[in-house]
Amino acid sequence: MITQFTPWSSLLGGVLIGFSAIVLLILNGRIAGISGVLSRILLPAHCKSELPWELAFVVGLVAAPFIYSLAGGVLPALAISPNALLVGVAGLLVGFGSVLGGGCTSGHGVCGLSRLSKRSIIATLSFMTTGAVTVYLIRHVFGG
Amino acid sequence: MRVFYGLLAGLLFGAGLTVAEMVNPLKVQNFLDVFGNWDPSLAFVMGGAILVAYPFFQMAHKMRRPVACEDFQMPTKIKLEKRLVIGSAIFGVGWGLAGLCPGPAVAVQSFAQDSSFLLFLATMAVGMFLARAVNLYVLR
Repeated sequence: MITQFTPWSSLLGGVLIGFSAIVLLILNGRIAGISGVLSRILLPAHCKSELPWELAFVVGLVAAPFIYSLAGGVLPALAISPNALLVGVAGLLVGFGSVLGGGCTSGHGVCGLSRLSKRSIIATLSFMTTGAVTVYLIRHVFGG
Repeated sequence: MRVFYGLLAGLLFGAGLTVAEMVNPLKVQNFLDVFGNWDPSLAFVMGGAILVAYPFFQMAHKMRRPVACEDFQMPTKIKLEKRLVIGSAIFGVGWGLAGLCPGPAVAVQSFAQDSSFLLFLATMAVGMFLARAVNLYVLR
């Protein structure tokens, strides 16, 4: 199924995400890495002092679409695979891989690339490549 | 104040994902579908974010400390370990399979109807917990 190419709303959304990273960086001195935030909430170990702002961050993340719709914004349509087994396995891989690799699309993709980090450039190339290959396989080789 | 800034950052991030429709798995998968129904939108999201954030990351180098706390905690590793490449590769496979990554998987929960989104969040949490334990106690 086709989705419309939306350069302007994508740029605007990207700018908002950029400002989120700026707020955490300049004010809190931290990286906006969502897999890192979530994994530290799940198993705080020696980062308990970070817990309050990290929980607040997650609350904001969940509340945002809701507030957006209250303010009159139209929430985007959602389409996810009907195959629950595939979705469950995908979640496991996303969770395990992003934490093992030290970041996801936010930490490596946005913050890491903004810092011109070599590690993040490699990580981003790695997940972009396997992501594209996976979609190619499920859509064009095994059909979908 | 740090808690308030955390909340603000979460709100901005979630709003960005919503405006850009990155909470829609189909749109993300179409970005990855370079040889099919390619939708380059996601590149504009990353581009927009990097464009505004880049000068501030430069500025942070010149600041002695952040506004609301004692010190900057930036990633310090520079070595390209196997863990970085393999972990990211595994993440990419899951990202391609479902079209969801951690941010959207959380943000979408306030309005998603399909229980698959909750299932994804749950198994993602299990995967994160396991990898965090591996990072903390096995590979250290």
